[in-house]
This record gives sequence, C-alpha cells and structure tokens, in this order.
Amino acid sequence: MTFAPLATEIFLLSMACIILIVDVFLRDERRVLSYALAQLTLLAGALISWSMLGNETQVVLHGTFVSDPMAALLKTSILLVTVGVFMYSRSYLVERDIFRGEFYVLGLFAVLGMLVLVSAHSLLTIYLGLELLSLSLYALVAFQRDSAAASEAAMKYFVLGALASGMLLYGISMLYGATGSLDIGEVAEAIALPGEQGIILVFALCFIVVGLAFKFGAVPFHMWVPDVYHGAPTPVTLFIGSAPKIAAFAMAMRLLTEALGGLYGSWQDMLTILAVLSLVIGNVIAIAQTNIKRMLAYSTIAHVGFLLLGLLAGTTEGFSASMFYAITYALMAIGGFGMVILLSRAGFEADRLDDFKGLNDRSPWFAFMMLILMLSMAGVPPTVGFYAKLAVLQAVIHVDMVWLAVVAVFFSIIGAFYYIRIVKLMYFDAPEGDAPLAVSPDMQIAMSLNGLAVLTLGIFPGGLMAVCNAVLS
Amino acid sequence: MIALSDYLILGAILFGLSVAGIFLNRKNVIILLMAIELMLLAVNMNFIAFSYFLGDIAGQVFVFFILTVAAAEAAIGLAILVVLFRNRQTINVDDLDTMKG
Amino acid sequence: MENIYLAIPLAPLLGAIIAGLFGRQIGRAGAHTVTILGVGISFVLSLFVLKRIAIDGGEPFNGSVYTWLISDGLKFEIGFLIDNLTALMITVVTFVSLMVHIYTIGYMADDDHNWPSHSKAGAPSSYQRFFSFIALFTFSMLMLVMSNNFLQLFFGWEAVGLVSYLLIGFWYTRPTAIYANLKAFLVNRVGDFGFLLGIGAIYAFFNSMDYATVFAAAPAMVGTTIEVFAGTEWQLLTVICIFLFIGAMGKSAQVPLHVWLPDSMEGPTPISALIHAATMVTAGIFMVARMSPLFELSTTALVFVMVIGAITALFMGFLGIVQNDIKRVVAYSTLSQLGYMTVALGVSAYAAGIFHLMTHAFFKALLFLGAGSVIIAMHHDQDIRNMGGLRRYMPITWITSLVGSLALIGTPFFAGFYSKDTIIEAVHHSQLPGAGLVYWMVLAGVFVTALYSFRMYFLVFHGTPRMDDHIREHLRETPWVVTVPLILLAIPSVLSGYLIDPVVFGDYFAGVLHVDPANDVLTGIGEHYHGPVSFVLHALGGPAIYLAIAGVVTAWYVYMKNPAIAGDVQQRFRGIYKLLVNKYYADDFNDAVFAGGARGVGRLLWRIGDVLIIDGLVVNGSARVVGWVASVVRHVQTGYLYHYAFSMIIGLLLLLFWFVYMGAGA
Repeated sequence: MTFAPLATEIFLLSMACIILIVDVFLRDERRVLSYALAQLTLLAGALISWSMLGNETQVVLHGTFVSDPMAALLKTSILLVTVGVFMYSRSYLVERDIFRGEFYVLGLFAVLGMLVLVSAHSLLTIYLGLELLSLSLYALVAFQRDSAAASEAAMKYFVLGALASGMLLYGISMLYGATGSLDIGEVAEAIALPGEQGIILVFALCFIVVGLAFKFGAVPFHMWVPDVYHGAPTPVTLFIGSAPKIAAFAMAMRLLTEALGGLYGSWQDMLTILAVLSLVIGNVIAIAQTNIKRMLAYSTIAHVGFLLLGLLAGTTEGFSASMFYAITYALMAIGGFGMVILLSRAGFEADRLDDFKGLNDRSPWFAFMMLILMLSMAGVPPTVGFYAKLAVLQAVIHVDMVWLAVVAVFFSIIGAFYYIRIVKLMYFDAPEGDAPLAVSPDMQIAMSLNGLAVLTLGIFPGGLMAVCNAVLS
Repeated sequence: MIALSDYLILGAILFGLSVAGIFLNRKNVIILLMAIELMLLAVNMNFIAFSYFLGDIAGQVFVFFILTVAAAEAAIGLAILVVLFRNRQTINVDDLDTMKG
Repeated sequence: MENIYLAIPLAPLLGAIIAGLFGRQIGRAGAHTVTILGVGISFVLSLFVLKRIAIDGGEPFNGSVYTWLISDGLKFEIGFLIDNLTALMITVVTFVSLMVHIYTIGYMADDDHNWPSHSKAGAPSSYQRFFSFIALFTFSMLMLVMSNNFLQLFFGWEAVGLVSYLLIGFWYTRPTAIYANLKAFLVNRVGDFGFLLGIGAIYAFFNSMDYATVFAAAPAMVGTTIEVFAGTEWQLLTVICIFLFIGAMGKSAQVPLHVWLPDSMEGPTPISALIHAATMVTAGIFMVARMSPLFELSTTALVFVMVIGAITALFMGFLGIVQNDIKRVVAYSTLSQLGYMTVALGVSAYAAGIFHLMTHAFFKALLFLGAGSVIIAMHHDQDIRNMGGLRRYMPITWITSLVGSLALIGTPFFAGFYSKDTIIEAVHHSQLPGAGLVYWMVLAGVFVTALYSFRMYFLVFHGTPRMDDHIREHLRETPWVVTVPLILLAIPSVLSGYLIDPVVFGDYFAGVLHVDPANDVLTGIGEHYHGPVSFVLHALGGPAIYLAIAGVVTAWYVYMKNPAIAGDVQQRFRGIYKLLVNKYYADDFNDAVFAGGARGVGRLLWRIGDVLIIDGLVVNGSARVVGWVASVVRHVQTGYLYHYAFSMIIGLLLLLFWFVYMGAGA
C-alpha cells in the first residue's frame, strides 16, 4: 500500500488545514500571509502533479482512487488556473474589505474536491469529490455576506446543485443495483456482459447525464449559470467559471467513457441533444445581455456545447480535443472575468457592458489583452480559441456528424457578434467616466501573461495538443 | 416477503415527492431544504435495498457517506439561508427573483 | 545545426520586435544597435552555413522545425530546406541587408525634413519604426528563401509584400506615397491571386505542400489534363507553372504587372536598395528557380516566362532613357535587369538567372545607395537635371557609382559582365520556339542599358554643376556610415563575377536546380568556357560588348559633347517621346479600365447587392431577428427557483421518455 499516488491531495489537504489554523492567529494587516501560503500550496501542488505526468497508471485505496497521466495533466491545469484565480482576486478582496483567510481555505478545499473528482475510480469517490467541490463553492458564492445578490445566487445555486446531485446519486444507485459494484472498472465489465439490464442501465444513465450536465451548465440544466455568475462576487465567478469546467470534463471521462463506455450509443445521442441546445441557447441569449458577467455566463454555456461535441465524438481524438478545449477555455475565462475585476474598484463593479466603453483610450494595453481574449472566445485565428474549436470540429467531422459541425459553426458565428461588440465598445466608443485605471502590479502581470498565453498557445498549439493526445493514448 | 421492487418503488415515490416539493413549493425556502433531505433519503433507500439483495456491503457504506454529506449540506444550506434572511428580511421563494433574463 | 538555421531568421525578428515595440524607450541608438546586431548575427551565421553546405560540401538539410497544425491530413509546418541555393540566397540577403542597415543610420539621420511641414505625424519615432521594418523585412525574406514547403513560402511571400507596402508608404502623410503603396498593394494582389491558385492546384492534385514530395510526384503528372473552361483541355503542369509565374510577375515586376515598382521609389532610398532592387523583387526569380523541377516539365510555361522576361528587359529599358528622377532611372534599370533574369529562367539557364540575381543584388544596391548618397548631398532633390559635376565634391560616391554603372552595363571583368553575357549566350543556344527573336531583344537591351546608365552617370557626376548656389555651397561627401557600405558593396560588384566558374558552369547547383537535358544550354556554353579571361576574349567575338560601348559613347556624345541633340531628338520623335514619358500609358490604361471598371462594378454591387440585399435583408435583417429572438427567449430565465428546477425536471423526463421508453419500445 503506497500513498505516493495521492501525494498532491494529501499535500493540499494538510496545507489547507495549516492555513486554516495559521489564519486564525493572523491580524488583518498580516492576512497576506494566508494568501501567499495558498499560492505556494497551489504552485507546489502543480509541481507535484506535473512530476507524476510520466507515471504508470496506478489504482490504489482498494480501487477507489486512480493515478494516471490524464489525472496528472488535469490536476496540474486545475492548480495553475486556480493560481491565476487567486492572483486576480487579491486586490478585489482587499478593496472591498473581505480579504479573509476563509476565501483561500474554501478555495483550496474546492480544488481538493476537484482533484479527488479527477482521480476517482469509484462512484463513491466521484460523489465525494463532487460534493466537496460543490459545498465549497456554495459557501464561496455567499462569501460576501452583505451582498443581497450574492446570497440569492448562493441559495439558487445550492438548491439546484443539491437537486442535481440528488439526481446523480439516484442514477448511481440504479447503476449500483444493475451492476452490483461501485468500482468503475467492475461497472464497465458488468456492462460489457450481455444481459437483460439494458433498460435499467439507460435509466441510470439518464440521471447520471443530468448530474453531469448540471455541473457543466449544459442546456436545459443551465439555469443556475447566469444567476450565479451574475450574483457571486467576481473572484468567485472567476473561480466557478474556470477550473470546475476542467473537473467536469474529468468527471465525464470517468463516468461516461470509463464506466459507461458500453452505452456509448445512448449517451452520444443525449450529449448531442445537450450540445445543440447549449450552442443555440447560449449564443442567442448572450446577445440580449447588458451585464458582462451574465453575457460571459451564456457564453460559457455555448462553450460547453463545443466541449460536449468533442466528448460525444467518442474517439481519442475527440477526447483530447475536448480536454484541450476545457483547459484553454479555463484560461480564457479567467482572463475575461479577470478583466472585469481589473476595471472594478471599491463600490464600482464594472460589470456592465458600457463600462468597457473607450477602454482603449484609458489603457491601450489592457484593451489589447481584452481584444485577444474576446477574439479567442469567438474563435478567431491566431488565438487559441480558434484552434480549440477547430480540433473539436475535426473530431466531430471524422465520426461523420458533419451536420453537427455545421450547426456549431453557424451558432458560433452568431456568437461572434457579442464578443465583437465588446471590441467595438472598447475601441470605437468614448469612455463614460474618466476615472483613471488603478491596477496593482500583480494584476498587471497576471493579465498580461494571461492574454499573451492565449495568443502564444494560438500560434503554437502543438505542444499542449501533443500532451493532451499523449495522456489519453 | 417484501421484494426488491417494492423498495425501489418506495424509493421512487420518495424521490418524486421530494422533486415535486422543490418545484411546487413557492413559499418557504426551508421546505426546499427538507425536500432535498428527503431526496437523499430516497437514494439511501435504494442503496440499502440493493446492498441487501446483492449481498454487497459497499452500498451501505455509501449510505453512511451520503448521510454525512447530507449533514454538511444542510449546515451550509441553513447558513446561506441565514445570510439571505439578514440581507433580504424574507425567505420566500417567490421573492428570489432580482436576477433574471 | 537546426538551432543555427532557426537563429538566422529569428535574430532579425527579435531586433524588429524590440525596435518596434520599445522604440520609444530605447531611443534611436538603441533601435539601430539591436537591429544591426540581429542582422549581423544572421549574416555571420549565413556565412557559416554557406561554408558548411557549399564549400565543405555538407549535406543539405530538409526538415520541419515546428508543426503548427494538422488539418485533415494537410500539415501546416515551419520547415527549412537548406541547400546550396538557400545558402547563397541567405548570404546575399543578409549581406545587403546589413549594408543597408548601416547606411540607413546616415540616410535617416535627419528624417524630420522628409515629412511634409504641415504634418510631422510619424516623425518622432519614425527612425525606430524604419529600423524595425527593415529588420522585419529581413526576417520575412529569410523565411521565404529558407522554406521547404509552399505554405511557408506563401507566408514569406505575403510578409515581404506587407513590409514593402508599409515602407513604400513610410512617409504616410505624403499623398504620393500613399498612392504608391496602395498601387503596389493592389498590383501585387493580382500576382498573389495567381500564385495562390497555383499553390491551391498543387495541393489539389499532389495532396501535399512539401517541396520534395511535390517535386518527386511531378513527373508522373505529365500528361494529366484539366478542364479550366468547359471543353478546353489544359496540361495540368502548364497551368500550375503559369499560375505560379503570375505570382512571380507581381513580385518581380514583370510586364504587365510592373507598374508598381517605379512608384515604389516614393519610399526612402535604403529600402529601394534593399527591397525594390536587391532582394524582395528577386523573390519571384528565386521561386521559379526553386520550382525548376516543375517548370522543366512544361515547355509552354518556359516559353511564356521567356517572352515576358524579354519584353520587360527591353521595353522597360527604353523608359529609363527619358526619366529625370535619379531613383526612377535606377528603378527602370532594375525592371530591365529583372527581365534578363526572367529570360534566363525561361531558357532553363536557372543557374545563370540566380547568378545574375546575385551580382545584380550587389551592384544595384550599390547604385541605389550611391543615388541615395547623392540625394543626401542634394538635400533630397532627386532631379538629375539639377545635378552635374558632383564628382569633385563626392569622390567616393562618384567612384563607387562608376563601378556600379560599369558592372550594370556589362563591362568586361566586372561582375555584371559575366552574369549578363552568360544569359545572352544561353538565349543564343536555346532551342525554344521564339528564342531567336528574344535573342535580338536582349541584345538591343544591352545598348539601351548602357545608354540610360551613362546618361544618368554623366548628368550627375560630370559636366557643369546646375544646382542652385545654396545647395552647391553645402555639397560635401556623405558621412562614413554612408560611404563604407558603398565601398563594401563595390567590392563584390567587381569580384562576385569570378564565381561564375563554380556557380554557373560548375556543379554548385547539382541536385538543386533541375534542368531537362533537352533544354540544357549552360552545359553547351560551359564546354567553350576556359576561365574568366578567355570568357572575355570569347565575348569580344560577339556583339554584346560593342553594343555596350556604343551605348556609352552615344550617352557621352548626346549628353556631354553635344547636349543640343537630346532636345532635337526629343522634338523630332515627339510621338515616341510622349509614349515613353507616359510609360506606354500603362498606368492610364489600368486607371481607366481596371480601376475605373472595378469601381463601376463595385458601386453597382454596393448599391444593389450590399445596401439593399446584404445589409438590408441578410445582415441587418438576420441580426434584427436574432436580437428579437434573444430578447424574447431570455424571459425563459424568469429568476424563479421553481422554474429553474422545473426546467431540470422536464429535461430529465424528456431524456427518460426519449431513451428509456422509446428505446424499450423499439
């Protein structure tokens, strides 16, 4: 029995507990120590999981936990994206006087939940990882205690999230009944056996797909997304909108391909419906939004549609395209929401589209970064968003679902409208206020790195794509 | 002798009741929390029945985990409820509609 | 080695980025230091590569460095093909570029004066911008010549075009500069369109973008025909080669796509030397030589190439005689020399074409920089009628310009003599249909070249000074940053001719340039070749050398001895003179027919197609519909928790109904 494959999780858990204790003894002006510790933890965790990238697949803890290259890559991405999230969050929290240790501890626990989810090899582990993630997120949304919008968003998120995990659990219980095991490997074996369980399995599958779709925010299980993104404090929106998408991708891989791979035909059809609905609803409603957080929420829904396209292709090519999409989308999402934080200041949230007017006059560099991010989300070359979309579409075309690719392209053209509108506001409209942009240095660095990473990955996508391919084969 | 299907039907009824409770109730948020608890119990019923009839202990272990998580979930739910009430002076489901569209 | 190859284009790129983005911070000295350093590094590395590949006989390198993406089996790669041809090209490009960089320090020193006085918009950091652009050009040109696939070739092709566009319009507050760069841009689009069609056809039929793969498969394609228009059969390779050559016609300014090059002289003189004489305009020549395995398979295409080249060589030379702007004279001479190179390609004397490309790069850069030096001294007056007698004031410029002119007209023992005479001999030996007529055209071109070159030379450096007193008082030799590049370029303008032995008649290009034995003219000439001196003696038996002498004598008699004749001739042949001054009315024709016609069609399409149908119905209409749908559908998001839950439950029930009930039923 070796604990080496769990090194990242154990390290993160210990550090989260240490930070929790340390934070109790800190006075407010020394609070930055908690922040620094949390960042160090994430960076060290990323290093640890990156070093496990080349390791053999290992199943430990009586078949409940698996450590494989895919897990290592996804964990590294989650940890690094969270580093970005924390970097963007610091000044926001300080300015609003909610710079508390709880934010980081809850964030770390949510990350831990994601890591567990990524490495799950049992239905029980999946549930535990998911709940650890969700419960931390509910608390984070309500973190700004004096905000009415945040508490309303938290309540909605909580109730709907509980409903979704209830449905997922119900599906898991049926799956358990049909296959007689919670172990993902054994479930897959039982499904492969010919038997009369077909209907019960599809019944269970429906519930499980609902649970997954909720986590992704796919239509029609997306209703929480706009309200929560809108109501939550922007750093929390940033967090919810980025790393958990990678975790959701991992959950889909574990549940759908590893456990329920035998039911590919059924879940492919279900995902097709979800993907098309997400593309349509996400892109169309985003156009009518005037709040950028809401707009980005609907844009997330549309992106999830793309992500599902890769999954439903059911090929290694499709999975690696989806993985690439999830990771790069997380990168774009933290940039997009990061820009909202960057423009905001105490008492001014900068979450209306109009707040982006004339950004080019106020700061050409950040306007340029936002331009890159928006073009990337719209899928314009040479940004990474283009390449991610291209890879997914290719995977779909290779399994002869050309019509799906056409639908996706059509709606992303409609979608391009609302991204380009931001560009227009930034470059062609006059600024509304003339308040100078006060941006802290760490924020400037984070934003510049973020934007340039999106551009660089777009010009040189080969490396990341190769890694995504390698961990799946 | 009570058959497996009887337990499953009971579980399904409980699950249906809880789901109905979530979307029919328009008054008190606390009822939503109760409905959520009921849903988890319905799942527990399923697990225990399967576990017993399959002769496999793993299902019952799962139930313990669900119970624990349910407690945590209730705690967080109530905490959010308290924050909500402090901000809005109401816990009426009908009043939670400032964000929409 | 791969890293060295990679460093060659990247060093100038780095310089360009630093000078371009941080020009204001690093100042003028910083900008020219980083770019000269970058280009200097790549020049040294190019020499190293040249030594290794060409002199030590190292193995050519052909491999991809980075795969950008693979789409449906088509690879988009950055790859290098480093063989003798590439080694020669990168050395020439980096050498001339380095000289021009150094020269620019002097030429752009007082750039403020070049901006119209009413608007100095670009002046504050124009110096840094200029260095950034020429370094960027060097990068693009290197990418072009080092490429091992059509896609990167096209990238380099467009990138040099872009930089050329930016530099022609460098003084962007001058209306003439903007007109010129727009013209260059549009004319090049015509060529690029053909080029792109050629590349597209290659991809369609060979299913690859890689040179080696395409060349290997090409012989099997002989005899393949396609129907371009219904009912007409075309040889596939002929179509591809002609399309590719149309690209070359745009970039290398061959008739009728030559109109942009004289106007490109609106740009600063250093780039006229670097881009519009020595390197970029020769990209078309290089490309055709690189594609020799394809062109050799289509006699039709070769004849087409030869004829276009001959027309350019002769008729553009005529225009040089009547120009009064010093830079335009040199520009027309460039056109004419490019015509010679193209003729060489047409008669399958690729090695001779490349050889002339190389010698021409040196002496034409020299002539341009010499002209630039004169322009500096003349306080940016470019009219040769206002010059005269400058040799007393600017001895170095005078001597080096004389060397350049002698090389250009093909004086024995100068570089241009060897390369040009080889081309003329090659045409003489060619068996292609029409080669006989072309031979007479290129011979006539020799006389014309000598005439316009020495007309300019005499008018500028000899005779009585005609400038006003103020300028004459300030006449002096230009600073060392200007004269040193002149001297350094004068050396290869003389000596590079002696490379004829290995490059043209040796096996330098063995395995690189492919020549069909039936078309091979150079081997025949090579049999009579016994060293550079005997080559001169052999030439004494041919007409070319006497024509050149006749041209010089004519120029001397008409413009020095008896200037009245010039006016007399001008009067007597007023019709021809007018034709030449108006550049055969090519510009007027283009303006009236193509530009005017395009504007007319455009206006029509805009009124009916765009405003009414596309904007009115399709774009605005669909945008309005989508916007309306969005504003309606968003109300589904009511904000009520129970509606959200309800939608989830409906979703679940639909899934269950669809898959469980329908699945069970089926």
